Amino acid sequence: MYEIIRQLEEQRARARAGGGRKRVDAQHGRGKLTARERIDLLFDPDSFEEWDMFVEHRSTDFGMEKKSVPGDGVVTGHGTINGRTVFVFSQDFTVFGGSLSETHAEKICKIMDQAMRVGAPVIGINDSGGARIQEGVSSLAGYGDVFQRNVMASGVVPQISMVMGPCAGGAVYSPATTDFIFMVKDTSYMFVTGPDVVRTVTHEEVTQEQLGGANTHTTKSGVADTAFDNDVDAIEQVRRFMDFLPSSNREMSPLMPTDDPAGREEPSLNTAIPENPNEPYEVREIVRKIIDEGDFFEIQESFARNMVIGYGRMEGATVGIVANNPNVLAGCLDIDSSVKAARFIRFCDCFNIPIVMLVDVPGFLPGTQQEYGGLIRHGAKLLYAFAEATVPKVTIITRKAYGGAYIVMGSKHLRGDVNYAWPSAEIAVMGSKGAVEIIFREDLDDAERIQEHEREYQEQFANPFRVGSRGHIDDVIMPHNTRFRICRALRMLKGKQQENPWKKHGNIPL
Amino acid sequence: MFDSILIANRGEIACRIIRTARAMGIRTIAVYSEADRGALHVDMASDAVEIGPAPSAESYLNQDAILAAIEETGAEAVHPGYGFLSENAGFAETLGNAGVTFIGPPINAINLMGDKIRSKLAAEEAGVPVVPGFADPVTSGAEAERIAADIGFPVMLKASAGGGGKGMRLVEEGGNVAEALASCISEAEASFGDGRVFIEKFITNPRHIEIQVLADAHGNVIHLGERECSIQRRHQKVVEEAPSPFVTEELRAEMGARAVALAEAVDYVSTGTVEFIADADRNFYFLEMNTRLQVEHPVTEFVTGLDLVEQMIRIAAGEELQITQSDVTMTGWAMESRVYAEDPVRGFLPAIGRLTRYKEPMSGVFGTDKSVRIDSGASEGDTISRFYDPMIAKLITYGENRDAAIAKMRRALDEFIIAGVTHNADFLAALMGHSRFQSGELTTNFIAEEFGDRFIPGDTTHPRPKILAAVAGVLNGILEARRAVIAPRSRDGLMAGRAPMKQDDQWVVILNHSHYPVRLAETNGDAVVVVGGERFTISGSWSPEQDLFSGAVNGEDICIQVDRTDNGFQFRHYGFLADIRILRPLAAEMLGRMPEKTDADTSNLVLSPMPGLVVSIDVSEGQEVRLGDKVAVIEAMKMENQLFAECDGAVAKIHCQPGESVDVDQVIMEFE
Repeated sequence: MYEIIRQLEEQRARARAGGGRKRVDAQHGRGKLTARERIDLLFDPDSFEEWDMFVEHRSTDFGMEKKSVPGDGVVTGHGTINGRTVFVFSQDFTVFGGSLSETHAEKICKIMDQAMRVGAPVIGINDSGGARIQEGVSSLAGYGDVFQRNVMASGVVPQISMVMGPCAGGAVYSPATTDFIFMVKDTSYMFVTGPDVVRTVTHEEVTQEQLGGANTHTTKSGVADTAFDNDVDAIEQVRRFMDFLPSSNREMSPLMPTDDPAGREEPSLNTAIPENPNEPYEVREIVRKIIDEGDFFEIQESFARNMVIGYGRMEGATVGIVANNPNVLAGCLDIDSSVKAARFIRFCDCFNIPIVMLVDVPGFLPGTQQEYGGLIRHGAKLLYAFAEATVPKVTIITRKAYGGAYIVMGSKHLRGDVNYAWPSAEIAVMGSKGAVEIIFREDLDDAERIQEHEREYQEQFANPFRVGSRGHIDDVIMPHNTRFRICRALRMLKGKQQENPWKKHGNIPL
Repeated sequence: MFDSILIANRGEIACRIIRTARAMGIRTIAVYSEADRGALHVDMASDAVEIGPAPSAESYLNQDAILAAIEETGAEAVHPGYGFLSENAGFAETLGNAGVTFIGPPINAINLMGDKIRSKLAAEEAGVPVVPGFADPVTSGAEAERIAADIGFPVMLKASAGGGGKGMRLVEEGGNVAEALASCISEAEASFGDGRVFIEKFITNPRHIEIQVLADAHGNVIHLGERECSIQRRHQKVVEEAPSPFVTEELRAEMGARAVALAEAVDYVSTGTVEFIADADRNFYFLEMNTRLQVEHPVTEFVTGLDLVEQMIRIAAGEELQITQSDVTMTGWAMESRVYAEDPVRGFLPAIGRLTRYKEPMSGVFGTDKSVRIDSGASEGDTISRFYDPMIAKLITYGENRDAAIAKMRRALDEFIIAGVTHNADFLAALMGHSRFQSGELTTNFIAEEFGDRFIPGDTTHPRPKILAAVAGVLNGILEARRAVIAPRSRDGLMAGRAPMKQDDQWVVILNHSHYPVRLAETNGDAVVVVGGERFTISGSWSPEQDLFSGAVNGEDICIQVDRTDNGFQFRHYGFLADIRILRPLAAEMLGRMPEKTDADTSNLVLSPMPGLVVSIDVSEGQEVRLGDKVAVIEAMKMENQLFAECDGAVAKIHCQPGESVDVDQVIMEFE
């Protein structure tokens, strides 16, 4: 017995040592923490329980039978974040470069299966050179097994990927099927084929950072949601993020105690919309003033900046905020912003998070680039996602709501539960200038008459009354009272029950 | 008394005049430009008339529009405030012709005091000392030596066309004047094409001290003591106080008597201010007389207990002064800080924007204390536009002595929350905490000498950073306590478990990159925090939606502005700006190992220092420029700002064209 315990300690010590002092130092030298250090920071102190510490690979080719490290390059288990259970796998770059073997994959699958059974989120920390080449197809099969579980877990438990090192080739498709991807600046990258292959095939000269660094994926591709300065920042922010999310689709979002009064008035919102209807403004000011304590966790801040999405709370419960930002591209909808918002709305709907929309949208972005890129299909995603969602949906039209974009952005017609308009709202088929040029085509040469028509059109539609008279909005609210009205609407919607017709699944225009 | 007064002004002074007029039972009429439709002064007035587009020339300076407003509303008198039409004799005359009373001095007095040369002569005639000098240009070295000796050293040789430090020569002693004159003349000729040079006495360590006078139409003239306004930046007053720490009882009597003599000599009526410059030996010299209500009048009101606006209105209505010189006393000490929308980091350039947060101090404003007064014309959500003066508010505090007034000011500045527009409140707070300021050793060069040409809140040092760390520890504890009870909610009775949480008591506060280990404890409701071996007892409540922590540390009152950031807090206290993170010791240690990320190198870029309009681009792509060459001009707030090359090199690319609007930090051009 004593001997067994001694051996156990020895084995544990071996596992904890990972790839050894030299490799750990190298990991630190790159500005990265080790797999276990990351877990220590991620979880509440002393809450982590490691599983499968003694698992070793089964490979006997290329001399691998002589090289084995307990744990096999990935640390798995569960712990708590502010008391709530979360499962984790953290790839250990110091052990075989974090490469994925058959057993490495089995460990990941094991905690994912368990997470789905108990209804707890999974956080994957990716820091891996790729497949364990010595194992050949077994390793690839491992990826397949992980992917399958990612897909099955999708919509059941939140899956968060933290890319904190290399993640290349087929491996990228595991994070890609999860709900959120967070990266670390300068030390992480993701791409399907690396710079060497790119050079051979397309003769493009590109660095790893340019091809798939955190900056690339958070500004250009939109693959990643947020980039952080370093490992510690990333982990601290993921802890903060998890407090917004329910643990599974069986739960509502957790309640954060707050003293922020639901009836808090914000008189300054009455002047948030500039006098000049063409003047931009920053929508985040409105967002921060209506949510609890101004505490906003923004997602994809640097990508498709004409749309702002993220989490806040109203009376302690999480809401997903979707807002056009007039400060960028006048807040119009384009391919990227549509996809960004659509994916966000679907996550909210999966996990019972009410959606609050702030609408100021002059329309869809025109141009060949957009049309060739498939704006029709991508814009439809946003429409589809909102129409399909059964969670409470509250929409506030702050200014422009023009044309098809008005319908897409949380309108009553797509089962918006509560739709409010600020007095500054203009709901119309299009801006007055364009409309008049079509309706009064015969007067196009007469600048004076056109101006007169424009004024008429403006008077007809540059207010919320026309739509109000049709019942397409429920009320016109004073901006300073917006927080209270949303809180009250969400309270009313607490008992909302709505189900879509039975189907295997819909066919969202992917 | 008048039934109605139209206030031909905007902002804080319009609001301030309306307050007094309302208290006197007079109907108030505001005028406003298009840009001011939602402004506070419009709300406060009984009536309001729109008088034109945003630019002052088309609204607040538009006499026809104002006259039309008077006609429309039947206003009996006009109070011009300060600035705009307040010292415009033509406007006063027009009003007179229309049978409307101008609440201000007679036209002759405005005209006379508005003329630099004639006012100086009038002062001399009235026996008021003026800066010794020789009014005609000097050409001969020998003559210059003689004049300088007469005036007394040191003297300043000034080119008539000079400015910006060019064409000036300071001469400390006799024998050097002739040589300095020759070089000054040649420099003036070369720089300005105008070789005229004057000689004037140079006042070392000058202080700006002014006397408030009050004169009625019945020949009564009194003075209300002095105000010191030495804290200036680019000839713009920033902090004023009454009394002056420099002025003795005798000096006050002497200066007051001279000011009264001048007012009498020019048949002055209404409030006016005689400005003096004083040297270290308490010699004082006439600068000019301002024939209007001064921005800084509240400090005089605090110490004398008089309402100057009320006095002005009564005098304009023909009433006789109810007080004599012997009734005037100066009790206690008052201090005024001008809170400007400006960017101290960028050399105090004007800033514009929307006041997304604006909360004025509360302590001392209400209740029985009334030791804090805020004269402001802004409210949260207002926009500070480029059309008008960038002053947001005046903060005036009162105490039984100077130290007490300063302490009140520091507290009030700590409580004053302004966001959305860059402002100088942190600078003012740092100024109030400056030991030389507290000692009262002031000169008009104080800011330049002690702060240079800019101020960076993050670079200042806090006297007791450990206090901030301790408070941060307590506030983080409050957030942690909430996180520890975050409550899962189930849809179907099945949910992942929740572990009971034990709150950590060991943390590391990282305050502007310095690490402070803190340990939390609690006794009898007060928090006890040990920061690096030092023990702090902290009382006071804070809830995460609040942006002020108001409480006491070891029994001493403290007020800290708390802004929650994604990963901690931003604290403002005493003008000190602290970025704060709070981590568990393990995380803090690991953070210490993370490589520092540096911001992108912008040294080869010319960035716009403020939002504005590109007036001109003075170089072309490929052109070689030298350090200090002018490369572009940006206009904002009616001010043209020249941008200079910060290195030698060739212009690689120009990103903006004249006429284009630019944002702050927008790239204007790149160097190779």
